[in-house]
Amino acid sequence: MPKKILFIEDEPVLQKTFGDALAPEDCEVVAAIDGETGLRLAQSEKPDLILLDLILPRLHGLEVLKKLKEAEATRQIPVIILTNLEDVKNIETALELGATTYLVKANYSLNEIVDKVKKALSN
Amino acid sequence: MRITLNGRFRDSTFILSGAADLHRESPAPKADMLLLHQPPPFPLYLDLMYNSRMQPKTFWDSINISKQCHRYGLPLWQCPQFLFLVLGLVVITSSVAIYFIGLGHAEDPEIVVLIVLGLSAFLMIIGFSITQSFERLAEVARMKAEFISVVSHQLRAPLANLRWITDLLISGRVENVPEKQTNYLQILRENGQRMDELVSDLLTVSRIESNEFLFKKEKASLLELTQRTVNRLDSLARASNVEVKLSAEDNLPEAFFDPFQIGQVIENLLDNAIRYIKGRGCVNVVVSQKNNYLHLEVKDDGIGISREDQKYIGQKFFRGSNAFRHQSQGSGLGLYIAKAIIEKSGGKLGFKSEEGQGSTFWFTLPIK
Repeated sequence: MPKKILFIEDEPVLQKTFGDALAPEDCEVVAAIDGETGLRLAQSEKPDLILLDLILPRLHGLEVLKKLKEAEATRQIPVIILTNLEDVKNIETALELGATTYLVKANYSLNEIVDKVKKALSN
Repeated sequence: MRITLNGRFRDSTFILSGAADLHRESPAPKADMLLLHQPPPFPLYLDLMYNSRMQPKTFWDSINISKQCHRYGLPLWQCPQFLFLVLGLVVITSSVAIYFIGLGHAEDPEIVVLIVLGLSAFLMIIGFSITQSFERLAEVARMKAEFISVVSHQLRAPLANLRWITDLLISGRVENVPEKQTNYLQILRENGQRMDELVSDLLTVSRIESNEFLFKKEKASLLELTQRTVNRLDSLARASNVEVKLSAEDNLPEAFFDPFQIGQVIENLLDNAIRYIKGRGCVNVVVSQKNNYLHLEVKDDGIGISREDQKYIGQKFFRGSNAFRHQSQGSGLGLYIAKAIIEKSGGKLGFKSEEGQGSTFWFTLPIK
């Protein structure tokens, strides 16, 4: 059964790139363009992993994370923060709220991100 | 189902662990790709900075108040230097005037008191203006740092898009790409990476200047860190026909420092040493102990630094004139950042160099 990943990201280009990169990996990528949609899809789709951007329309990524970790249905889903913000405050808050890890997009190649996602899914 | 957090901050960024995670890729240039690079002209902004900031100020420049105020972009009546001059002149003139007035009105002290009060009020107003102008200068500096930070963050998003898309195309996941096109895509990726490194350096500079530089000190081995950095730059060294030799004293103690930040310093020094060697060459890296400090030096037999350029080394955006001729790439921020990191770690960074003979850059780190 393919693993399901929810990618909450407001950049359609990155959504498409990431979806194409994971296509050969037996993964299904569900994309959400804003925080509210992401939260709704997390509850309805029950993904195996969530990749979450921080600067999102409608609901900020940290708010999404907080709500995901508060809700019984989504609490156990691992969340990887994937953003370009690298302020210490954001990093600490995200990890305190229960993010599995915090990655800065600009610091990783696509292959490295795919590897980290695969590793997270296999754990 | 949790990824074990075994990470640390990368340039104020939390990352997953592993030596591979820490490296900033330095892909080896390929012969056929190098032909496609056109050396860019001397960057205009660096030229401007060199002329406006790097040139030494003469004595006449430093006492030319109008020029100084123009440099800060302030009108005369808001310029601290000018206001201080006015203040000084008023104090001297008024002291002399009060002396003579006092002589003439010895029997009428109220007039003297009134004059002194009036002058004091005037001096207070000038003092207040000076404070205001300093505040304004500080505000401009703050806004500049904020501007760099905002612009850098904004640039990062499209750069990440570019990087991911070129990665995807090169990987062949979409469809097989002919070799020639792959070469062009790699050039795109390398250039994107250069922009990204510049943006990261600007962010680091912005953090240094706003005192938001994050250090996570821990007990670590400088020798092991150096070995990892040497290994990481092995492909660049081999592509540049440079042999890197690492040697160290026996039984070196561990020290208390931020391994990621110090790793960046070593990488900067080593990267410079490799890049500024003409043709075949050798870089010697030596780690030793000197009293209560660990000492690391990176010695190359490269192009060296001219005597007149040496006093500017470590300044923001400065690159030696022969460095430009030899290697057009580079922001001139690496040594500035390295110096700031070492100084904030309690050590010192220095160098000696002779043009055409090579350079030795060294730094120290306190053991405790």
